[in-house]
Amino acid sequence: MAATYDIAMQQTKPEQDGCAPVVVVEDVHKTFGIHKVLDGISLSVKRGETLAVLGRSGTGKSVLLRLIIGLDAPDSGSICIRGRNIAGLPLDRMGEIRKKMGFLFQHAALYDSLNVAENVAFPLAHHRKEMSKSERRDRVEQLLTEVGMEGTLEKMPSDISGGMQKRVGLARALALEPEILLLDEPTAGLDPISSGEIDDLILKLQYERQMASIVVTHDLHSAKTIANRLALLDKGNVVIDGTFEDLQKSGIDFVKEFLKQS
Amino acid sequence: MSDHGVIAVEGINPSIPKRRAEAMPSAANSGVKLMNGFFEWFGSLGIFCWKVLRAAVTPPYEWRELIRQLDEVGSKSFPLIALAGAAIGVVISMEARYSLTRFGAKSMFPATLVYSVIQVMGPIMTGLIVSGRVGAGMGAELASMKVSEQIDAIEASAINPYRLLAATRILACILMLPLLTLAADSAGLLTGWFAQSLVEPLSFHQFIETGFHGATFSAFLPQTFKTAVYGLIIGTIACFQGMRTCGGAEGVGRAATNSVVIASLFVILADVVLVKFILVVFS
Repeated sequence: MAATYDIAMQQTKPEQDGCAPVVVVEDVHKTFGIHKVLDGISLSVKRGETLAVLGRSGTGKSVLLRLIIGLDAPDSGSICIRGRNIAGLPLDRMGEIRKKMGFLFQHAALYDSLNVAENVAFPLAHHRKEMSKSERRDRVEQLLTEVGMEGTLEKMPSDISGGMQKRVGLARALALEPEILLLDEPTAGLDPISSGEIDDLILKLQYERQMASIVVTHDLHSAKTIANRLALLDKGNVVIDGTFEDLQKSGIDFVKEFLKQS
Repeated sequence: MSDHGVIAVEGINPSIPKRRAEAMPSAANSGVKLMNGFFEWFGSLGIFCWKVLRAAVTPPYEWRELIRQLDEVGSKSFPLIALAGAAIGVVISMEARYSLTRFGAKSMFPATLVYSVIQVMGPIMTGLIVSGRVGAGMGAELASMKVSEQIDAIEASAINPYRLLAATRILACILMLPLLTLAADSAGLLTGWFAQSLVEPLSFHQFIETGFHGATFSAFLPQTFKTAVYGLIIGTIACFQGMRTCGGAEGVGRAATNSVVIASLFVILADVVLVKFILVVFS
């Protein structure tokens, strides 16, 4: 498996090093009640690049993803998606931007009243109305095959395991062929083998689709495997942003402590 | 001085005014908090209604989901509503016969039953039963979707959840309540007549003819169609309570309970206003 990772890592280098970032977060602040979650955070991701966001629980990693997809609004600062600031954009205008983004929720968030095929077809049914039923069915089968879930079309989300739910969630996130992929704890709660499989899948997708990805995770091993860059968060801000080697070389106490405990 | 055996006189025992002084701001704070909560709830409800209204009048329209909800609210409530209407018909029939016989007005029985069922009991009973069945169901379903991030997933898929989830459900309630009221009225009249004819034979034709004699559409239609307002209340409260839920399983339970309690209360309050309105406008 390690060999697969190495080859894939070499292959999933950002497509063009000099190209403009697809996601730019600049000086973003977010407070819930009296609890300051993000305190002037700034980061950016280019096309074909995977950024892993690491940090302790409650440091605002998931909040950052929710801000990027517009589920929450920042108190201040700007979030630019493909050059357009989405902070404060109304719901209907956010729709067009969200069509270019895929989001895998921490617990997959599959619609429990729909089966696997209907879950994956859900975005297609709403945004690809020109597709016939058979075309949609073919596309769903293709997506499920891509994530290794062929033959589960008629199953309900409650009948499949957590790892399988995440795969289906990933297939749904990829349905509209996004340019930006946001993954919230893709390996949380999974056994090491399933985690490894999900990591392989993310690497494969990155290699094939060259998306800009942001992965929020606690799993340093997974982050090291799938990401080109790692950003470590503490107290609502980025402590260090660089490669795994940069983290290892860092003299910052918090980084040392985080690497030691992981 | 010992704490025991001392007559606590204000000004002499210094601890008493101090305690009162502490208690008063705390009571005032609770009052302020309560008022804040009250206005915050209505403010959030107003914002929610605005979002739903905007989503409902702009395309794309969610026809498939609307049809599914019409079935959910209408067809699936029909047996319960019909059964309750039938029971109410029997009860009114028995009560009316007893009272009218006492006052020597037995010939008024058909009209009494018709007016009682159609103008009073049918609409309010339908409103309250739908509040219980549909309000709790919608509140719990949406709350469960909210806490499991399914509503966020809908939004993340560039689909407006206010259009897909709320507007369709509210519209289904508005459209279905008058139809369910007609079903309750029909069941009530049928069983009311049947209960009466067991005691004293009366043909159904004669019962209907006497009951509706001299009646105009304006005597019955506003009473039936006012339930569309109940539908608006039930759908809006259930969707609002469900979609603002937080706090896991406990939150889901709370949303379901609040949906039923608040919707039922508002249906009764709306009835007071609507009855007066109908009397002023249509009489």
